[in-house]
Amino acid sequence: MEAVKTQDIGVNDLNWIIEYKPERCTMCGSCVASCSFGAIKAAVRRQDITVSEENTPAPVHKHSARPVIKQVASLTNFCRGCGICQKVCPNNAIMPRRNPDARRTLLSRDSGPIKRGGRTNLNAERTLDKIVVGRISQMTDPSLDAARHTFDIRAPFGRVLGTKELPFAVENGKLTVKGKKPPVRWIYPLIFSDMSIGALSTRAWEAVAMAVGCLNEKYDIPVRMSSGEGGMPAKLLTSEYLKYFIIQIASGHFGWNRIIQAMPYMKTDPAGILIKIGQGAKPGDGGLLQKEKVAEHIGAIRGVPRATLASPPNHQGLYSIEESVQKMHLSMNAAFGFRVPVAIKCAASSTSVSVYNNLLRDPYKICGGFFIDGIQGGTGAANEISLDHTGHPVVSKIRDCYLAAAKQGLTGQIPLYGGGGIGMTGNAAADAFKMICLGANGVFVGKILIQLLGCVGNEQGRCNACNTGKCPMGICTQNPRLVKRLDVDKGAQKIVDYVLAFDAELKKLMAPIGNSSLPVGRSDALVSTDANIANKLGIGYVC
Amino acid sequence: MCRIGSIKSKTPVQPSVVLRLMLPQQEGHDNSGFAMVMQDLYGIFSPYKDKPLLSLVCTQKGNRLVEDYMDAHNFTKLAEWLPVPNKQPGLDIQAMPYYVFRNYDYPEDAALMTEAEKENLLLDTRLALRKILEKDNQGYVYSFWPDVLTLKEIGDPSDIATYFRLWEDNGCLAAKSVVAQCRQNTNYDIVRYAAHPFFLQGYTLCANGENTFYTKNKNFQSSLHRGYIGFESDSQCFLNTLHYVHHELKWPLVYYKHTITPLPFEEINRRDDREVLLGIRESLANLEINGPNTVIGVLPDGNMITCCDSKKLRPVVVGRDDNMAVISSEVCGINEILPNRDQTRDIYPNEREVVLIDNELEVTRWKQ
Repeated sequence: MEAVKTQDIGVNDLNWIIEYKPERCTMCGSCVASCSFGAIKAAVRRQDITVSEENTPAPVHKHSARPVIKQVASLTNFCRGCGICQKVCPNNAIMPRRNPDARRTLLSRDSGPIKRGGRTNLNAERTLDKIVVGRISQMTDPSLDAARHTFDIRAPFGRVLGTKELPFAVENGKLTVKGKKPPVRWIYPLIFSDMSIGALSTRAWEAVAMAVGCLNEKYDIPVRMSSGEGGMPAKLLTSEYLKYFIIQIASGHFGWNRIIQAMPYMKTDPAGILIKIGQGAKPGDGGLLQKEKVAEHIGAIRGVPRATLASPPNHQGLYSIEESVQKMHLSMNAAFGFRVPVAIKCAASSTSVSVYNNLLRDPYKICGGFFIDGIQGGTGAANEISLDHTGHPVVSKIRDCYLAAAKQGLTGQIPLYGGGGIGMTGNAAADAFKMICLGANGVFVGKILIQLLGCVGNEQGRCNACNTGKCPMGICTQNPRLVKRLDVDKGAQKIVDYVLAFDAELKKLMAPIGNSSLPVGRSDALVSTDANIANKLGIGYVC
Repeated sequence: MCRIGSIKSKTPVQPSVVLRLMLPQQEGHDNSGFAMVMQDLYGIFSPYKDKPLLSLVCTQKGNRLVEDYMDAHNFTKLAEWLPVPNKQPGLDIQAMPYYVFRNYDYPEDAALMTEAEKENLLLDTRLALRKILEKDNQGYVYSFWPDVLTLKEIGDPSDIATYFRLWEDNGCLAAKSVVAQCRQNTNYDIVRYAAHPFFLQGYTLCANGENTFYTKNKNFQSSLHRGYIGFESDSQCFLNTLHYVHHELKWPLVYYKHTITPLPFEEINRRDDREVLLGIRESLANLEINGPNTVIGVLPDGNMITCCDSKKLRPVVVGRDDNMAVISSEVCGINEILPNRDQTRDIYPNEREVVLIDNELEVTRWKQ
């Protein structure tokens, strides 16, 4: 008997138990070498067996010391269920199994609150799955042909003026532009959300960026990508491709030293600026990059020494919404000569409509987009309590904001973008379409992009180790050995293919309702099988 | 689907001509009502062309409420057409007790008003009457405007005409401009206000097809102008947009089509006026229509226009001779009333085109 105390951690306390079949194992070592968490190790197991090999009983007792793979019973080097061991095993000898009796969540607060990456694991129920596109053109009007008709799938990004504020004058029976109006860019209604260099490996970030370049240059799909709060590579800042990127500024201002230094050398304007106030995965919390991930090159891009980088929950200069308009929006607008839309991203909250109302009424017409990030948004690192117990669903919030603007005759003046869980069940096009019908101009996605790169994390507690610097897929880590696992070209191709399918699928939903341009706010196209959802969103209830 | 038609003529036409234009267009059971807006009136309203004409249907109580309101607001009654209905049995009509077509003189203080103030007075009066009549379901007011008469009823168009003795060509009603439609919203609730043509401050419009961006249009328009109310029909949105672009924004007419059926971005970006067109797409995105529709409209100056949706899913045709120009959703109607016209001069507007017929029947066409 081993000497144990009842408080000692056993494998059965962990979320995942390694199922190991020694009879299949060839002891090649691939699984141990590939487990970035150190959750399995090679060990020797004593084996005793009594056999009889004669026609009459002649028991022989055999004793052997057998090499095996053993799971580590530890609250630090525990198995995350990523399955890399299974993936690399040539002989199907090993795999993780979910443990319903796990006690890890209870026991692992010895060194403070639990931190992890991923998405909320408690609030994974989805409103969008209870909504269907129920208003199909049947005899009243013709459906379109998704393959034959042309579709105009573009969304505004920038401050849209009320019609009477447009600087138009009539001259010789024609309207002419007299004066300036805020910049508005018409982009694809799918924005690649802000995942920073640092949260992602430079190579993973590069893969997403390559996909953006390809979609724009080769397929003429003007997808834009937000840099995240971590700066951008200097070469990209001064390249022609900057026009596809929305540079983010958040409370930590990480990377802005380099950005400002690059400004005189920029060949083109960026697609926009996104001021991050909050994030759906951890509203009220600032960004968090654990020391483990602040590699030398990350420190250089961000302009910081190697330390855990916790952005403050608030922008230091932010005192009120009006002040944010005066200081943050105006200074960002001024920095780029009022040529670049400046948008703002907030975590969805009971206060979202108030913020949106206030921005809509801003006399300077300075806010070029309102990004609302819902509770099902992902993150590279957060306190688990924030991930699971704070936040607000985004669907009704987008609807509320749209209707608040409509009520005031200000519909669409600040484009609405919704995110946080878009594509969570695999089909981002369906989610995007429903959000658009409810009033969003477009959606933003993040998690789904890294899932396309190979991330296996999910909402049932699989992996979610983005904060550790040990991402087994080489996506959320700066460890060069792990990063090498990622095939950048293949990852980028996967994203490109997904967006091409997204585009085709979006058309497959627009065509049956007879629309060739985006049905923003066309809530009559949707119905819900849940009366409460229907009632809240103001759409038809069906059963 | 609604069949729609309009006539612009150098000589006044009576309603029977309009009925002959509309009836051949019937397919199956779609003729479920009759509605027309007559402008540039002759017949018994000739002497009062500059005085506002009230068109409404109501109950006896409703009539009293209207008279009380008009008296209280110093409108003086000038002339009236009281249809003497033919109540022969078997007519398919859901008639109301009172049909009021009445000219009023403006209140005295209107003499000091600008044209715009007068326009607002007439609109506000109509909206007030609508509110009064709506309260106890006492009637429907369609238009209150100089030289404009609106008649709408539910039933078979031919029977409705018999009821109002419109087949008799008795000269009471005649006009140089008429817009008509023969369907009482077969798809949705049958409400008299849902029957087009609709009228608002000098603008008349009817449209066929389904406005698939109705909800968007309505959400946006509801807060744009006090006259944009009701929305009993998705086609009202087309009128509101025409009124908004041309009357409220005072933009040239060409921008109406750019608003309801904006060009694809690819084309806009190739054009010299892209800044303007992009501005329209940005600020008036919610006035876009994106379904199958044909529009026929009349502007305050009497010009008649037509255009169709950006994919030409609902076509329209313009036929004409020296005396008359006719717009119709189906050519068979035009063949009925203008059988001898030169058909090679017929115009089938394309999806980018607007056709305008002025008071001299000169036709102007332009593309977006």
